[in-house]
Amino acid sequence: MTVGARAPVAGQMEKHLRSRRDGGRKLLIPYVTAGMRGDWIHVVRALADGGADAIEVGIPFSDPMIDGPTIQAASLQALRRGTTPTQVLSELSTVDVDVPLCVMSYYNIVFRAGHRRFARSLAQAGVSGAIVVDLSLEEARDWCAEADDAGVATVLLVAPSTPDDRAARICERSRGFVYGVGRMGVTGERATLAGSAVEMARRLRGITDLPVCIGIGISSAEQAVEVAAESDGVVVGSALVRRLLEGADAEEAARFIGGIRDRLDAAFPG
Amino acid sequence: MSASLMGPPDAEGRFGEFGGRFVPESLMPACLELEAAFAEAWSDPSFHEELDAVLRHYGGRPTPVTECRRLSERLGIRLLLKREDLTHTGSHKLNNVIGQALLARRMGKARLVAETGAGQHGVATATAAALFGMQCVVYMGEVDTARQELNVFRMELLGAEVRPVKSGSRTLKDAVNEALRDWVAEVAHTHYCIGSVMGPHPYPYIVRELQRVVGEEARRQCRDILGSDPQWIVACVGGGSNAAGTFAGFVDTEAVLVGVEAAGGAAMGHGVPGVVHGMKSYLMQDEVGQIEEAESISAGLDYPGIGPEHAHLATVGRARYEQATDAEVLEAFRALAETEGILPALEPAHALAWVIREAGRAIPEGDCVLLTLSGRGDKDVAQVRDLMR
Repeated sequence: MTVGARAPVAGQMEKHLRSRRDGGRKLLIPYVTAGMRGDWIHVVRALADGGADAIEVGIPFSDPMIDGPTIQAASLQALRRGTTPTQVLSELSTVDVDVPLCVMSYYNIVFRAGHRRFARSLAQAGVSGAIVVDLSLEEARDWCAEADDAGVATVLLVAPSTPDDRAARICERSRGFVYGVGRMGVTGERATLAGSAVEMARRLRGITDLPVCIGIGISSAEQAVEVAAESDGVVVGSALVRRLLEGADAEEAARFIGGIRDRLDAAFPG
Repeated sequence: MSASLMGPPDAEGRFGEFGGRFVPESLMPACLELEAAFAEAWSDPSFHEELDAVLRHYGGRPTPVTECRRLSERLGIRLLLKREDLTHTGSHKLNNVIGQALLARRMGKARLVAETGAGQHGVATATAAALFGMQCVVYMGEVDTARQELNVFRMELLGAEVRPVKSGSRTLKDAVNEALRDWVAEVAHTHYCIGSVMGPHPYPYIVRELQRVVGEEARRQCRDILGSDPQWIVACVGGGSNAAGTFAGFVDTEAVLVGVEAAGGAAMGHGVPGVVHGMKSYLMQDEVGQIEEAESISAGLDYPGIGPEHAHLATVGRARYEQATDAEVLEAFRALAETEGILPALEPAHALAWVIREAGRAIPEGDCVLLTLSGRGDKDVAQVRDLMR
């Protein structure tokens, strides 16, 4: 740990994920774009019941530069429905689920609200983690301090292009879990798993004791099992959001995630 | 005047509180690599020699400064134009892309991606790619491919692939998003040849340095013509590269620096600080931070943000940012054509529109104004005809 840095305090999300990981369970974190449909909050509940270990909730942004066509479409749909960050948090505060909620958004949403106000509004809504996808390690200090104070874990990302020494610094600052980017490029489904996903998991496991979850380009139970052989868990986004865009209801969404849950549990009996 | 203005940004790529590097981690190593590569190249005399030679023998530099006798007489001021419209490909954009293409080659990257609004930067990038034998993909909003279809064809003739962008507002800001998405996926062998003083550090710095030639030439030329510096330096601002390059040549003089935005895309005029496309700057956005769509007759100024260094120059009071309306711009376009025989691009016609409006008001009679004519208007003729009818 860096001299003078605040000792990392494992927040609610990290404790939860560590304890499940240490219990031998592979972590499954589905992603849904808030506000993409009127019933999105039911989807969140259903995912929790369907075997998720945490749920990543996207707060839509007008210029989602790291997202591919599926999540772009969901974001646009959410914005056209008039979705605002305040509404998203207000709906999340009504959800009573036994897994941590982690929001994902772009930094302008956080910056515009103000670091302290945004961090506190997350905590008040019962959100225990935040992924600010375009906030680099170099720019993250002020936000991380406010998030720490509010008890919100800031999850940082490591990419295939990140050198090892930099990856170590990112892991040191990440809370909750560390998000390993499975492949270079935008979010979206891929027919085959990138070799970089498994490599990323292996590399992060060698660097950090934080739960290591891999996302971006993980579209199916088969791919989840393949990555989870080396990681603590997986994030599944576009594959789920596409089903929701195509009209799947909350139960169908939960069944899709439940299917991945079952395959993970079968492959890794703990 | 502060010596630190328009020098290098700080270690985090900030100009005052603006700039920085707000990109996904996948791109951070590329930004750091580019920063190091540029620092190395920019301190290497052989890089400058090669760049200067290409700009001179291929690009047509130095461009002249033209005194507008008839228009000056009409306005009661002394108006000089820095003629970037005479650069090869018809705009100042070439200065930047030749530098970035040489830099990319030095970094071992053989593929260029670019965003374009009016098409000028896309044409310039396609030109540099053809010149150096590189692959080129240009992202252009679908709205812009329609209103600038000849430029699309020009890029294709130059061997570039133009990919129409159908997301968001389908204009320049969405083209930037799409170019960034391409860069994330292909970063190992691709250089993102950004077209203005925007994006994550080190781009605003690199592009300003590559455009500095405009201001430095103009300063020498003005001294030859006037025996002194002009009182006013005026340039149009979308992202703000021609303005940044021009201002860099005059920031340490007594001249008033004026950037002119499109009234429908005035990030300084109507925006507030925010973060998009990797930078902190003034942006047109709503109260929760969703970026708004700019709207102007000039595709090149249809951008809801402004380069971070301009935000800094405005904040410290060294430059001022004004606006021109579409109607004023069309008048200015016609006025320059009729009095001087020059068709300006719609973008610098904004700068001219402000000068025409303010001559004898904000600009005292008899004052001397240097205006950067950043591009030629041939690309806009069909659109102007439709608008004037």
